[in-house]
Amino acid sequence: MPTAAEPTGATDPAALAERYGLSKSSIRPPLNSYLRELWSRRQFVLSYARARTYAMYAGARLGSFWQVLTPLLNAAVYYLAFGVLLGTKNGIDNYVAFLLSGIFVFTFTQRCMTEGSRSLALNLSLIRTLHFPRATLPLAYVLNELNQMLVSLCLLFVIVGFTDGISWRWLLVAPAMVLQTMFNIGITLVCARVGTFVSDISQLLPFVTRTWLYASGIFFSLPAKLAEVDAPSWVIKVLALNPISAYIDIVRRSLLAEHEANELPHAWTIAIVWSFVMLVAGLVYFWRAEDRYGRG
Amino acid sequence: MAVADSGAEPTVIADHLDIIYKVIAGQGGKGTAATAFRRILKRQDRPTIREVHAVKDVNFVAYKGDAIGVIGRNGSGKSTLLRAIAGLLPPASGVVYTGGQPSLLGVNAAMMNDLTGDRNVVLGCLAMGMSAAEIQQRYDEIVEFSGIGEFIDLPMSTYSSGMAARLKFAIASAKTHDILLVDEALATGDAEFRVRSERKIRDLRDQAGTVFLVSHSLDVVLDTCNRALWLDGGVLRLDGTAEEVVAAYTKFARG
Repeated sequence: MPTAAEPTGATDPAALAERYGLSKSSIRPPLNSYLRELWSRRQFVLSYARARTYAMYAGARLGSFWQVLTPLLNAAVYYLAFGVLLGTKNGIDNYVAFLLSGIFVFTFTQRCMTEGSRSLALNLSLIRTLHFPRATLPLAYVLNELNQMLVSLCLLFVIVGFTDGISWRWLLVAPAMVLQTMFNIGITLVCARVGTFVSDISQLLPFVTRTWLYASGIFFSLPAKLAEVDAPSWVIKVLALNPISAYIDIVRRSLLAEHEANELPHAWTIAIVWSFVMLVAGLVYFWRAEDRYGRG
Repeated sequence: MAVADSGAEPTVIADHLDIIYKVIAGQGGKGTAATAFRRILKRQDRPTIREVHAVKDVNFVAYKGDAIGVIGRNGSGKSTLLRAIAGLLPPASGVVYTGGQPSLLGVNAAMMNDLTGDRNVVLGCLAMGMSAAEIQQRYDEIVEFSGIGEFIDLPMSTYSSGMAARLKFAIASAKTHDILLVDEALATGDAEFRVRSERKIRDLRDQAGTVFLVSHSLDVVLDTCNRALWLDGGVLRLDGTAEEVVAAYTKFARG
């Protein structure tokens, strides 16, 4: 065996490594090849998301029916609290559809963030065994939530179909979903990285998202509310910059004819800008720590 | 220039490798909210973070076709060394160079426990970058090799540790790896599986791969490896042929 026990001190390891094209074992690939690798694992993302959905409902007696039941029950609770008890529905004709679209859009982002922040920690053993781009895991989580969102949307279509009738405008929901999904991928990647290194974040996130919930105009029309309290006109411009408000608004515009009165200014533009900025920022931010996930 | 001139192609080079990692050693104080709050007020770091110098100044070069047994007492840094080669632990100083992507296979690296065995096979293969067609083609072979049989459609949480280890080894070895790191994964298998996996390791060597094998079973090291590293307290005590190193180690262990 020529290989055993060579005096390694006799040569310069770095030069030897370079001669045979070896690379440092813990190195982060350049962003473009990382993205290419990520794309090549799309089948993994899909299968993993499917497996997770399956595992999530496997123990429940009603099975995947919970995908429909959960948003319904959620909506019922909020309707009871805000529509009936607090009476915030004044001025909005189709309050059910108004409320549901807000809750569903918000829940989509919120679940992505809270679940995504644990996506790496919960899969440590997989990460430590196999080499694959780590971003696939948060992406699979987003796909899970997108799936849930589409089920909720179908529910919403049925409700609006019964109350307002079917409309061509509905087609605009598709680009709205694409934009929100892009935003969610970005923010989930950020949460995943932060959640991996600062595990306190998963304790904190529910409070952050709940605050966000109340600031996003889900239970009431923001312009109407502000007009009520005589707020200066710049307040609505600032509030309209909130990405969640923008995504909710573009979905409502696409679904509800009477929403024009309650529209936020420039919602589509704001939604588009947020989507691209967040997606790119999230990818870069996540990738920059790629070589550090799963350590310890 | 002895190494460079030997003609063999190196696959792993460890150059003055030091690994220090931080561990949270139990709870400092009583672990109540009050003590945590006092700690934050006093701006102390988490109290019980200890530094462990797990691997100290290790140098070696591994070549294509090498099967290297890593032996030593518990806690001597064997698993840590493998993790560093796999690129999962950052070296405190020094470098590990590798050609190709090393795959680490350990006993406690469970996969997705609430999923069935067959889903784990598909997901594991996809994660390794195999295509759907490729998986379909190799699926039977993987299940065959794992010897799980009819239990393949039960959740992995119902498997015994031996069964889980077999399945994981079968999945990980489905792909031809340039460098395969095996951490005690064969220890829990039965005799029949051990024979199979040793054959698989030999196949891998023949395909010009490099295999690192952490094992407490010196027989396994002697049977499957041509070379061995003896780690003691994080220091590389001896690097040589398997026979030579195992002999020295047994002599040392007997006192």
